[in-house]
Amino acid sequence: MRLTVPALIAGTVFGAGLALSDMVNPARVLGFLDVVGPWDPTLAFVMGGAVLASAIGYLFSRRLRAPLFGTSFVIPENRQLDRQLITGAALFGIGWGLVGLCPGPAVAGLVYGIWQVWLFVGSMIVGMILHRVIADSRPTIPTRSHADT
Amino acid sequence: MMLQSLPLAFAVSGGLLIGASAALLLLLAGRIAGVSGMLATMVRIADSGPPWRLAAAFVVGLPLGTMIVSTWVREPQINITSSAPLLILAGLLVGFGTRLGNGCTSGHGVCGIGRLSFRSITATLTFMATAVATVFLTRHLLGA
Repeated sequence: MRLTVPALIAGTVFGAGLALSDMVNPARVLGFLDVVGPWDPTLAFVMGGAVLASAIGYLFSRRLRAPLFGTSFVIPENRQLDRQLITGAALFGIGWGLVGLCPGPAVAGLVYGIWQVWLFVGSMIVGMILHRVIADSRPTIPTRSHADT
Repeated sequence: MMLQSLPLAFAVSGGLLIGASAALLLLLAGRIAGVSGMLATMVRIADSGPPWRLAAAFVVGLPLGTMIVSTWVREPQINITSSAPLLILAGLLVGFGTRLGNGCTSGHGVCGIGRLSFRSITATLTFMATAVATVFLTRHLLGA
């Protein structure tokens, strides 16, 4: 309960930011990714503001021994690049570029009741399950015990 | 497809809210605000991650916040012209890729770059590059 309420508030603030900055609109995102078309810089400003605020939060967290409502900070410490990271990011980027939706805006956009967004989110969860099934069926490749996200 | 440009104040303040959300989750709960990881935990397919209730609450908050802004501040227009097969393919790639690469635009982009993580910066540059290449390919070479 002590962690549920802060998480709900954080999620709500996140969703509010996505709607305010129009990131829930895939056309806006594609306008940024289309660098030779009539380029739309919006995503760069959104990302700039987001990274700035998140960096301030991170710097502040380093001065604390523990989070306000938790026992410890859970921050990935892995510094090694590996093939999974690069391949995964590359595949994610292709999917993102195909329709202009990434996980945050897609989940937030469910609220508009547009079937395309629901179909995308459903497929995204299937893709996640697919990864889990493949990872489980290949015990020779150790699954990482930490998460970046 | 030409969009009306968004006032800069909306873009920046929206971005600040997203970053503030990441800061809030970190300072209050000690966790990284990565949407793909939270969603995977919520549907119980992640082998590590935050407690289920935390992940579920964060994920549920997303559409809640979007609804609040859409009702009282500004109503975004959602333009999606992609066909159903394309949406399915894109969804599969995003779901699979974010699990394999341990994060998406929020976890790697907003949070990871914010703490200057080498892995996250590399991941972000990679997915930005393939996304730009994909848009170039589909819009300008294939003319979709």
